Amino acid sequence: MSSKILVLAEAREGKLRNVSYEVLAAARRVANGGSVIAAVFGSQGEQYVSQLAHYGADQVYVVDQSELERYTPDAYTQAFIQLFEAVKPDVVFMAHTAVGRDLAPRAAARLGYGLVSDCTDVVMEEGQILFTRPIYAGKAFQKKRVIDGIVFATIRANNIALGEADTARTAEKIELKVELKDLRTTVKELVCKTSGGVDLSEAKIVVAGGRGVKSADGFKPLEQLAKALGGAVGASRGACDAGYCDYSLQIGQTGKVITPDLYIACGISGAIQHVAGMSNSKVIVAINKDPEAPIFQIADYGIVGDLFEVVPLLTEEFRKVGGSS
Amino acid sequence: MNILVCLKQTFDTEEKVMIQEGQICEEGVKFIINPYDEYAVEEAMKLSEQFGGEITVVTVGPVRAESALRTALAMGADKAIIVNDETLFGDEYTISKVLAAVARQIPYDIIIAGYMSVDSGAVQGGPRLAEELGIAHISTVTKLDIEGNQLKAERDVEGDVEVIYASLPILITAQQGLNEPRYPSLMGIMKAKKKPLERLNADDLGLSAEEVRAKTEIIDQFAAPKKPVGRILEGGVEKQVIELVALLRK
Repeated sequence: MSSKILVLAEAREGKLRNVSYEVLAAARRVANGGSVIAAVFGSQGEQYVSQLAHYGADQVYVVDQSELERYTPDAYTQAFIQLFEAVKPDVVFMAHTAVGRDLAPRAAARLGYGLVSDCTDVVMEEGQILFTRPIYAGKAFQKKRVIDGIVFATIRANNIALGEADTARTAEKIELKVELKDLRTTVKELVCKTSGGVDLSEAKIVVAGGRGVKSADGFKPLEQLAKALGGAVGASRGACDAGYCDYSLQIGQTGKVITPDLYIACGISGAIQHVAGMSNSKVIVAINKDPEAPIFQIADYGIVGDLFEVVPLLTEEFRKVGGSS
Repeated sequence: MNILVCLKQTFDTEEKVMIQEGQICEEGVKFIINPYDEYAVEEAMKLSEQFGGEITVVTVGPVRAESALRTALAMGADKAIIVNDETLFGDEYTISKVLAAVARQIPYDIIIAGYMSVDSGAVQGGPRLAEELGIAHISTVTKLDIEGNQLKAERDVEGDVEVIYASLPILITAQQGLNEPRYPSLMGIMKAKKKPLERLNADDLGLSAEEVRAKTEIIDQFAAPKKPVGRILEGGVEKQVIELVALLRK
């Protein structure tokens, strides 16, 4: 059976988010000769049509209305429902981002469907879409499928491999006007704490600090290493509880669960609840003074030493050789 | 102000997860209130201290989950409801329908839930329940101020902060940083034993298993793949750093 897959793409700071390409790649896997239809909300939508086509979209719906400039549950749910009715998809994929994970359950509930959220793998097997998703923050995994109704899923960043962009591909652009009314929440203000930096959940490289960092100032060498590598800074619960950094940086079973290509743990002992949040990273480096620290049991490479000595040297060495490959 | 808090009992986050034949082993495991739901209970306490009113905590789950409700009662909630009817267990679609049926029997001005549960990590309950009840919701709230029926919330959006205005009734989901949950006092624990804990089933809620039947199904559950043992580098620090960078560039 060929399917019609609807993908909601997202932009951030004037660029399509990398995870949106990954969601398109997941959609192509299950399209089975059918079509992949992307949609973008907000005024910048038009500029993304060709990129979405290069990565697998056959059609792109652009919903350009001022109420959709920033996410609110009411406006996005209403817009999405009208988009859904216009497209009539068999499958809906969104990114498991702040927008996707909030919109998908609300929209699925309004339409009366299930949802498989936070998927790290999507495959077609005997005509069925099977999803793999972490449970207990990655201490275990489950395989799920939808047994009744339209398939809704959200896809976690950094897990679906991207193919090469096919620049010869084009997509038809369709403008959709939606009716938005009775919006019950208003965004009055936005305080950007992360601007210019790399978003932790999508970062390919994460440099994280634990209690061993000792103070807010102690994060500075980690920030410099992250900057040299084009990565993001994270932290363990220990560091957040001690007030060295904001809770938004916390990685673990409480906090963010991430799967970057490279995770550098600095002064992190490796408590079970922290390890759950990062153990599925592709390569893990641990830097810790204590050779008995449990973090070394899951590290691919370990350096036993003082992070305040090792981290600046690492930064210098990476700068010398021109970042990571 | 009447407050409904939805909570779930979960494994302690320091527990390992063992799986046998696709099932999670619960034997010998320490259970806690899902940490995000604990923030929800604490926020409810703060609101009731400020405005008065009654706090009801509700869970859908097996008998063991009653101890999580008792803990919430010991923290200061007024009454508890458990729906421990297996015909009403299912996926997020099911649970939100069941919670909505409970909510319709209780007067509330605000519903507070954790933003996620640390076991399934589905992050669906809050938005789904709000939708079932036809009320607005705000997710991942880190600060909440209420005046009259007007509400100002700060929410975490991938590290940035949005300031949201809305009015009651509303559902909010609690993010880490919202508050520092209190420990139940000895007095609280004693009092909790006498507070009402109501046990409901499908008939009490006017629900049939059919109408809340799960839309998704778990086919298998398995442990995270074991990683091969890594390498501790040796030699002077500078040599180790050079070697590490070379290894990572491969």
